[in-house]
Amino acid sequence: MSTSSHHAVASHSASHGSRAAYRAGSILSIVLTAIPFLLVMTNVLPDRGIIAPMIFALGFIQIVVHVLCFLHLDTRSEGGWTLLAFLFTTIIVVLTIAGSIWVMYHLNANMMPMPGGPMDGSVH
Amino acid sequence: MTDTLAKTVFGRLSWESLPFHEPILLGTFIVVVLLGLGVVGAVTRFGLWGYLWKEWFTSVDHKKIGIMYIILGIIMLLRGFADALMMRLQQAIAFGSNPGYLPPSHYDQIFTAHGTIMIFFVAIPLVVGLINFVMPLQIGARDVAFPFLNNLSFWLTVSGAVLTMISLFVGEFARTGWLSYAPLAELAYSPDTGVDYYLWSLQIAGVGTTLSAINMVATIVKMRAPGMTMMKMPVFTWTALCSNVLAIAIFPALTAAFFLLMLDRYVGTHFFTNELGGAPMMYWNMVWIWGHPEVYVLILPAFGIYSEITSTFTGKRLFGYNSMVYATVVITILSYLVWLHHFFTMGAGPSVNSFFGIATMVIAIPTGAKVFNWLFTMYKGDIRYDVPMMWVVAFMITFVVGGMTGVLLAIPPADFVLHNSLFLVAHFHNTIIGGVVFGLFAGMVYWFPKAFGFKLDPWWGKVGFWGWVIGYWLAWTPIYIVGLMGNTRRVNHFDDPSIQPYFIVALIGAVVILIGVLGFVMSIVMGFVKRKQLADTTGDPWNGRTLEWSTSSPPPAYNFAVTPVVHDLDAWHDMKTRGYRRPASGFKPIHMPKNTAAGIILAGLATVLGFAMIWYIWWLAALAFAGLLVTAIGHTFNFKRDYYIPQDEVARTEAKRPLPLGAGA
Repeated sequence: MSTSSHHAVASHSASHGSRAAYRAGSILSIVLTAIPFLLVMTNVLPDRGIIAPMIFALGFIQIVVHVLCFLHLDTRSEGGWTLLAFLFTTIIVVLTIAGSIWVMYHLNANMMPMPGGPMDGSVH
Repeated sequence: MTDTLAKTVFGRLSWESLPFHEPILLGTFIVVVLLGLGVVGAVTRFGLWGYLWKEWFTSVDHKKIGIMYIILGIIMLLRGFADALMMRLQQAIAFGSNPGYLPPSHYDQIFTAHGTIMIFFVAIPLVVGLINFVMPLQIGARDVAFPFLNNLSFWLTVSGAVLTMISLFVGEFARTGWLSYAPLAELAYSPDTGVDYYLWSLQIAGVGTTLSAINMVATIVKMRAPGMTMMKMPVFTWTALCSNVLAIAIFPALTAAFFLLMLDRYVGTHFFTNELGGAPMMYWNMVWIWGHPEVYVLILPAFGIYSEITSTFTGKRLFGYNSMVYATVVITILSYLVWLHHFFTMGAGPSVNSFFGIATMVIAIPTGAKVFNWLFTMYKGDIRYDVPMMWVVAFMITFVVGGMTGVLLAIPPADFVLHNSLFLVAHFHNTIIGGVVFGLFAGMVYWFPKAFGFKLDPWWGKVGFWGWVIGYWLAWTPIYIVGLMGNTRRVNHFDDPSIQPYFIVALIGAVVILIGVLGFVMSIVMGFVKRKQLADTTGDPWNGRTLEWSTSSPPPAYNFAVTPVVHDLDAWHDMKTRGYRRPASGFKPIHMPKNTAAGIILAGLATVLGFAMIWYIWWLAALAFAGLLVTAIGHTFNFKRDYYIPQDEVARTEAKRPLPLGAGA
């Protein structure tokens, strides 16, 4: 629901992708989801300390697959605005999550212990 | 039996919820009801309901929505300012054996309501309103990208404001400070309806603000006039873009924090409680991830307003346009890296505190660059001291002081002394009044003739100006001083009589600000009375430089009969110097969006939903929620969304305009 005055300066519309890209994306997503399930359910790796980072890594790869195959992110769509918006969002999300973990770790470590919360020495 | 029936039908609501036992509230209630009846009576008497409904309430015209936002902001300013006066009076008299006239439970509600209203229902509506009105005109567009969404955003904001106002008379408002800190805001410590009023009104208004921000960004990115590249955009549009991008990025954090707090209060989770592994500090963390960038959401558009006015009233191109744009973008990013400075004292180690302290100080660099840009624009300019320009000068003097106390507070060891003190309160009032409020007044005076076709009365405008500026300094200098001495905020009684004179001076300052508020209202009234004398027939009363001044005042529904083509940064100034002539014929039919009642109905249902949830009236909440879904889905089947303004109507409207400046024939 927009008005007729679509006289954008840079109006290269977004691509809607090809069938092949969707197919590749779907298969990759299924495989990337199946592997973590297998890792957890079959206990092939004895050490949980390796499984957790692997799940995170596979999840991250799947994000990239989704963004490329389903969201069709490239440098040209909408005259680069899509990429810019995506990068900005990524920066904000990383800042929020990393910053919160850093801050909350400090507050948790330096303040009085709370019932149910882990305790730690003070950090610098 | 009747008891359970009453609980099922009315939830927590009962006769006790009404303020019969509080004379101050009862008196206010009676006055508000009488005023409300008077307004309703007058509207009915003059048969204006149909006009208001058709031309305003259901309008999707960005100009009308902008004006309605500003009216909402001014009405809520009066409410928030009344709260401020009550606090100042209480603090000026409550010393020693005198408890003052406000009991602590009432005082706590007042400072909470003051902060909540001033940010969410005064500053945000005024900023959004000005952007709504001005930005599409500045970029040569006919409306925003999503006109219906714009109407819905406005009414959702009204819905939040209405819920806040209802809390004054039905039940109580929160007593937990303007950000409702956990764990105090948890059910265990705040069992009454106050925090629920707070959460529901801000969640509903927050949806509106987020949708509006998305709308404005889409408009700026997609609907600029041909030739207007990013670096030819007016500075106000640039700041509107950055402010709204920031709003989109941060509001989800606030919504999520409030949502988790709601879960704690309604279904018994323990996200932010003291016990069972809850992390109250996570609430502070999330709220300030929203909270600090939010002040830049408000101040950036104000910086844009100052830039436009400085350039117009000095008759010069803005000094350092590129650096202004880059400074705005840098502030946008940096504002996201400083949230922890709101709780330096809450246990972070030196590494965290130094990072956030330095990041905070760094913001002073791009902001300082802006101040120098404005000064250099004025340097050797032909300055006209009309009321908007007076606000700009007052801003520069006042805001620089606020900025310096901000850098002072950014030093963690200093903050350990000043945290939670009145010094901090004075600092943020210094930046918000001296930065945002002065800018909003400057903007309202500057663009008023564009909106209504006549200027505000300048004499009363100057009364308003001097009232605010002198009043600000009288009210807040003493608070800076007592804050530096160590007095804390949110206190309704003091033991030490030696600091009473400071609070009395502050009260006098608040009364002088009242003169400023009334002066502004009078400048509208007297402007209307003298509208023939103050009329703007040219569409360009200040010798402006950007596209909004190229159309008539007030602009026609379609804004521009022919879409302007932009060749230069100050597009309208460039057109004037090249001897541009407005076309008098050859118009085409103009495609426009149609009005719709869906926005006001959805917001009305949202208000009912909020009220029902606050009072635990579950059946009504379910009904309202179902109504929301049905109306929202129903609206997607409304295909009569647009119409054409016929060619001859455009021609007739254009012919009514007097000849433009610089047109020979």
